[in-house]
Amino acid sequence: MIETVVFDALRAAIGPTAAAYALLAIGLNIHFGYTGLLNFGQVGFMLVGGYGLAIPVAVYGQPLWVGLLSGLAAAVVLALLLGAPTLRLRADYLAITTIAAAEILRFLSRNSTSEDVTGGVYGLRQFAGEFYAVSPFPGDRYLGALAFSGNRMWAMTVGWGVAVLLSIAVHRLMRSPWGRVLRSIREDEDAARSLGKNVFLYKMQSLILGGVLGGIGGMVFVLSLQTIQPDMFLPQVTFFAFTMVILGGTATAVGPLAGTVLFWFLITGLQSGVRTVVESGVIPGVSAGQAVGATTLIVVGALLMALMVFRPQGILGDREELRLDVR
Amino acid sequence: MRDPSVTPARPRPDVRARLGAVIGLLAALLLPVAALAQSSETIAGRLSDGGEPVAGVLIVVTAEDGTPVGEVRSGADGAWELGLPGPGAYVVELDVASLPDGVTLRDPDRTTVAVNVFENARSAAVFALGEPVDQGPTFGRLLAQNAVNGLKFGLIIAMTAVGLSLIFGTTGLVNFAHGDLVTVGAFLTFFLNVTLGLRFLIAVPLAVLTSAAFSGGLDRFLWRPLRARQTGLIAMLVVSIGLGFVLRHLALLFFGGSRSSYGEYTLQTALEIGLVRLQPTEIVVMGLSLAILTGVGLLLNRTRLGKAMRAVADERDLAESSGIDVQRVILAVWILGGALTGIGGTFLGLIESVDYLMGFRLLLLMFAGVILGGLGSAYGAMVGGIVVGLVSEVSTVWFSSQIKYVWALLVLAVILLVRPQGILGRRERIG
Amino acid sequence: MSADAHVPAGSGRTIGPLAGVAREPGVAKPDPVLVVDGLRRSFGGVTAVDVAHLEIQRGLITGLIGPNGAGKTTLFNLLTGFDTPDAGTWSFDGEPLGSTSAYAVARRGMVRTFQLTKALSRMTVLENLMLGGAGQAGERLSLALLAPAWRREEAALRERAEELLVRFKLDHMRDQFAGTLSGGQRKLLEMARALMVEPSLVMLDEPMAGVNPALTQSLLGHVKDLRDREGRTVVFVEHDMDVVFDISDWVVCLAEGRVIAEGPPESIGSDEAVIDAYLGASHGRDRPPRKRPPHERGTA
Repeated sequence: MIETVVFDALRAAIGPTAAAYALLAIGLNIHFGYTGLLNFGQVGFMLVGGYGLAIPVAVYGQPLWVGLLSGLAAAVVLALLLGAPTLRLRADYLAITTIAAAEILRFLSRNSTSEDVTGGVYGLRQFAGEFYAVSPFPGDRYLGALAFSGNRMWAMTVGWGVAVLLSIAVHRLMRSPWGRVLRSIREDEDAARSLGKNVFLYKMQSLILGGVLGGIGGMVFVLSLQTIQPDMFLPQVTFFAFTMVILGGTATAVGPLAGTVLFWFLITGLQSGVRTVVESGVIPGVSAGQAVGATTLIVVGALLMALMVFRPQGILGDREELRLDVR
Repeated sequence: MRDPSVTPARPRPDVRARLGAVIGLLAALLLPVAALAQSSETIAGRLSDGGEPVAGVLIVVTAEDGTPVGEVRSGADGAWELGLPGPGAYVVELDVASLPDGVTLRDPDRTTVAVNVFENARSAAVFALGEPVDQGPTFGRLLAQNAVNGLKFGLIIAMTAVGLSLIFGTTGLVNFAHGDLVTVGAFLTFFLNVTLGLRFLIAVPLAVLTSAAFSGGLDRFLWRPLRARQTGLIAMLVVSIGLGFVLRHLALLFFGGSRSSYGEYTLQTALEIGLVRLQPTEIVVMGLSLAILTGVGLLLNRTRLGKAMRAVADERDLAESSGIDVQRVILAVWILGGALTGIGGTFLGLIESVDYLMGFRLLLLMFAGVILGGLGSAYGAMVGGIVVGLVSEVSTVWFSSQIKYVWALLVLAVILLVRPQGILGRRERIG
Repeated sequence: MSADAHVPAGSGRTIGPLAGVAREPGVAKPDPVLVVDGLRRSFGGVTAVDVAHLEIQRGLITGLIGPNGAGKTTLFNLLTGFDTPDAGTWSFDGEPLGSTSAYAVARRGMVRTFQLTKALSRMTVLENLMLGGAGQAGERLSLALLAPAWRREEAALRERAEELLVRFKLDHMRDQFAGTLSGGQRKLLEMARALMVEPSLVMLDEPMAGVNPALTQSLLGHVKDLRDREGRTVVFVEHDMDVVFDISDWVVCLAEGRVIAEGPPESIGSDEAVIDAYLGASHGRDRPPRKRPPHERGTA
């Protein structure tokens, strides 16, 4: 029984979905951890990345590379649209606008009038063929007891490969003079301005970069699931990613990756545990289901609150930095 | 509304322990009830023909691999819902033979619908029946009806947004849990009225009082200790997101994911008033909302407490140095905000329905209203809320009602570009 | 007011170029680096700044004084692009500056500090300084990942920063987070950081406020150095009259947003309008009440 729970948790922690979330979290870390931008609509970038990929391929029969490019372009455009009105204002405005925009995008892709393009609530399929055609994992059972299918193995390898490469790139960016300007904006944007830094431009670059990472996360996500539907992009996705960043430690290179793995391990373990307990009939007359889902989300919320209050620097963050955050 | 025992906050050694207790309590609430509800994934739909519900139609759901999952018949309101064993792909079939005489599928070939259901999702399977509905009412009627609906909706947004704006003004916190306070209010009424079986008119004031007390308790035992620890505003904002998450899914846990209605005042005959049709409850809701907004306006304008609230919102340091007990004013703002979300949630549940996401959906519109009117301004929130309600409802005259919120949020984007301080807000310094 | 300029011996003033200039508000100067015309800004009906004409002489230290709420910081904010005026124009080095963003103002060579210091807390002292370097190639996103493109520039920047740290006696703290510095050290840090931009005009907003008296002398020395060693123009806001008398070459007094007097420090202390302004202020004559931070010392 314990074994089931641990395997479930491990399977989720290293799976392709976790890799997609890691990309989201790396992007959010650029926004929140390094620049101090409050993007509560990261799932919106994920959505445009996913649909940007799926629509050209599934609806217009374009090759996969066109889809990949259009997914990236969509994330850039969304960042420009969101940033232009809000990045000159208080941080709260970006928070409100991004969360609203992400929901707008979900409404729009659900809308029946856009069904010809987005597939409405049914979504789109059949855009991942090219991706799996080049898979080097022909078998159907890998990693022993974890029992990954060949496709899952391939999606996982690509997803985590991209996530690790990009987090190294982000780490190097943040140690460059460019990253220094970003961190100065996080600390005090007026100080950065007084030293001749075009704060708006840097914030926009940060928003675009983190948004593109979210878009890439979205592509990994939909490729691994081989389907895309509007309700895969609920607002809670962003908050999961936030919790992962804070859990792992903001403004650190490893934080988003470690936070993601740990988050998925804990949450899936919890879900699986509750499900196993309930299904084993310890509590007679009840089935799992909704309760498991709701419980998980409540725990995520409580975890986010507790982390923010007691350990905002995350599990890997610097204690001294935390102390200085008191303003 | 005043609490004489409240003293200004000062850092306390046991603040950590208290916060821990609050968060722990919230988390501990779950486990005993974790097993109450049914499965979390459902497929649902509503059948109607020319606006009339179609009851008794057989819907059969099978898993993608052909395993039967279950069947269900549409109820008197045409609605049907079926719990699923878990996420996955399903095929929903409508049994044409069970359709009442004279009712047919709009597309006779479309007897099945494939639905992909995600974790915790309530997915829809849509079967269109009969001929497309006529554009019955004239344009003038349509516009008038939508304008009145918008006003009704806008008044509720305005009521709930006042608290959001005042909390921002007095503490600087953008409370992302504010929408979920609306949900809490609606479910408090639902709990008292439906679960406990109290009369609606008794349940409502009790729910509003509880909601106000709950909101005040949040300030006293969560936000004030956080302020005392000098927690940054961004950190508090993230805490409010976590709190909203907890509240929202507690509602899901206790009351399930489907929409429900109160036990009374639900089935009413609409009255024709000039160009528009309104149910008596809707008229009462609009009247009461207007009265409450006027009352809040008078409170802010005429009473000592209200003036103190506005003073703290305008210039906190000044207010503090002129002898206003800022912590007490903030507590009062939270209590007022909680009472208003309690009423707003109840009204929204009455004119629409109660579900665990109702407040979160409203939150985005509240934000739009608050920014439209000017962050921090109570009157601005009222005006902005009403405008947002009007815009989203009136848009359905020309556009699909599925995207009616999009227009309200577009207004928000335009305001940010043109006049970021909002209609009634003060000019902010812009770098 | 007497028209002749008398320079007290040993004060090190360089009033020379302004010797023949009249002591009246808005007077023209022989070589102005900053010229302000008709600048107005009001907050909800209260006029914070209303400067008809003001010129700042190049290469000198100009002190800006005035009672609380006189509009000194608002004037700073307007001139440096941190606030937008309701009306008015101003030019820097002969080029108009109206509606220029704050960052662009700094790039033109007019760099300010803040009354409440803005140390970048979670960055090291050295990073704080190196941020000040202007026109860094490595600050461009397109080059940020190409370390060879900016490595040399970064080394030169580091060298310059280290020199400034030594000069400002902050070198022993170079790798500490700026958030750990004392109030006075932050003032020093902010001034050093501003110098990294290589400005021709430095605007210091209350550089001595909250500074431990032991540090005051060294800060004063640094301000004089800006003029004497580096030939920069300095404008500073200060409440401590001793400081104003010690280091300024010329003093401008603001009250209720207007320039009410100008002149060398010796003449300004006896100016009727200045005394009236400060007395009026200390009696709180129909003035919007404003909470005074503890470090703001009254000077009337």
